[in-house]
Amino acid sequence: MSVLRLKGVTLRLGGRTVLRDLDLAVGQGVFVGVLGGNGAGKTTLMRAILGLLRPSTGRIEVFGRPAGRGNRAIGYMPQARANLGDLRLSGRAFITAASGGVGWGLPLASAAQRADVERVIALVDAGAYAGRPVGALSGGERQRLMLAQALLGQPRLLLLDEPLAGLDPHHQAATIRLVRRLQQSLGISVLFSAHDLNPLLGALDAVLYLGGGHAALGSVDEVVTGPVLSRLYGSPVEVVRAQGRVFVVAGGQQPAGPAAGANERDRRVHV
Amino acid sequence: MFTYDFMQNAFAAAAIVALACGAVGYFLVLRQQSFAGHALGHVGFAGATGAVLVGVSPFWGLMGATVAGGALMGALGEKLAERDVAVGMVLAVALGFGVLFLNFFTSGAGQANALLFGNVLGVDAATLWRMAACCGLCLVALALIARPLLFATLGPDLAEAQGADVRLLSILFLALAGVAVAEAVQVVGVLLVFTLMVGPAAAAQRLCTRVGTGLSLSIGLAGCQALAGVALAYLTDWPSSFWISALSGLGYLGAVVASAPRA
Repeated sequence: MSVLRLKGVTLRLGGRTVLRDLDLAVGQGVFVGVLGGNGAGKTTLMRAILGLLRPSTGRIEVFGRPAGRGNRAIGYMPQARANLGDLRLSGRAFITAASGGVGWGLPLASAAQRADVERVIALVDAGAYAGRPVGALSGGERQRLMLAQALLGQPRLLLLDEPLAGLDPHHQAATIRLVRRLQQSLGISVLFSAHDLNPLLGALDAVLYLGGGHAALGSVDEVVTGPVLSRLYGSPVEVVRAQGRVFVVAGGQQPAGPAAGANERDRRVHV
Repeated sequence: MFTYDFMQNAFAAAAIVALACGAVGYFLVLRQQSFAGHALGHVGFAGATGAVLVGVSPFWGLMGATVAGGALMGALGEKLAERDVAVGMVLAVALGFGVLFLNFFTSGAGQANALLFGNVLGVDAATLWRMAACCGLCLVALALIARPLLFATLGPDLAEAQGADVRLLSILFLALAGVAVAEAVQVVGVLLVFTLMVGPAAAAQRLCTRVGTGLSLSIGLAGCQALAGVALAYLTDWPSSFWISALSGLGYLGAVVASAPRA
């Protein structure tokens, strides 16, 4: 059974078509990198899978059922928000706030919920700082807490929106190693969005490349190639591999879509 | 001082208000909407003076305006209450209308003073019962929405994905904040709503890393400051609003010093 299946899905946001006529399926226990520049539709796609955005055409199935809000089989880590800097609540209290779901009543955690909180804190190795105020933690530590929130309730599909944003290369590598380890040990599927492919090389089972309103899903070697990306963007794109890294180079013309905005400096873009 | 009826009423009013403001204020500060709470007081000023003008009790004019104003702020968008320019404009326009209504209502200087700076020593038994009922309603409603509200405050995107109606929560909460603000106005007045709504809650949040303890400390601080303020006002014959605001400021200062990272 597919974890996630999209059939003829078109997603519009504020009158603009972000993604057009997507057909794809993601199986069980795979680590998928969702790649594409700013505005390529990475967040929009995740919101649609969560049921927060209804496709204007087509259908999205998650574990064989239509996508809808409040699906506890999905864990979600939104893009990091900046307003936690003043928060004096502990990391544990921050995670616990998300543990009881959204039912009415007092925010009192049951024994099972408290145990789940301790489980996810251990999973993301946050035990050493879970008792400290969130505002006193580093950006990397706060992202661990948000990853822990996403793991509450034992989801079978994780949607991680730009978990590498704002991290230095060392912390990026550590985050990728952690997510890969969790994905394999828990046997779950992960959609991991990023705008740079290179830190993720070697960890991914598949890449879902979004660009020019279209998507291509497959292994890195299948998808991140000149012909595939040229077709995606509708203009010539070359892929250069050097020293274990991958670079997408705009061809004769600027590629339409998000990569164009990112390569003004030297016409060379990290995928 | 405990033998006088007006003092008993004043202590009871202070305790009721502190309970509502300490609890609601905790979430208000956590949601970074304290300025919105401040503005609600001013909306209430226009409501109260407008009500007097058309012959309605100022208490219900105040309450109606703050609750409607809060619900509207929540409905206009979860982020609006954090936009200080928009909130500041609402505050200024509301105060302007209040002045206009007051102008039509010629004998209102004493009433205006009570609205702006509070008059806890003038709370009568009927008002006290109304305040107790509103406080009870406010706390019950807050208890009902507390879990999703806390979740939506700390992780709005995640809460939304799990099925929380973040906008509805925002409307409900700011309407509740309107009730608490209208209560606070009875004790400290429109201009000093911050002292009971924000001061104790902000101090508690600096000191506590858990929601339960923070909420309890917020209510406790608000209670101590309000009651001590009334007692000091009796002993010194200075305005109780001054004492409550001074104690609130001291409490916050103390919390900032106590929670400052040590070098």
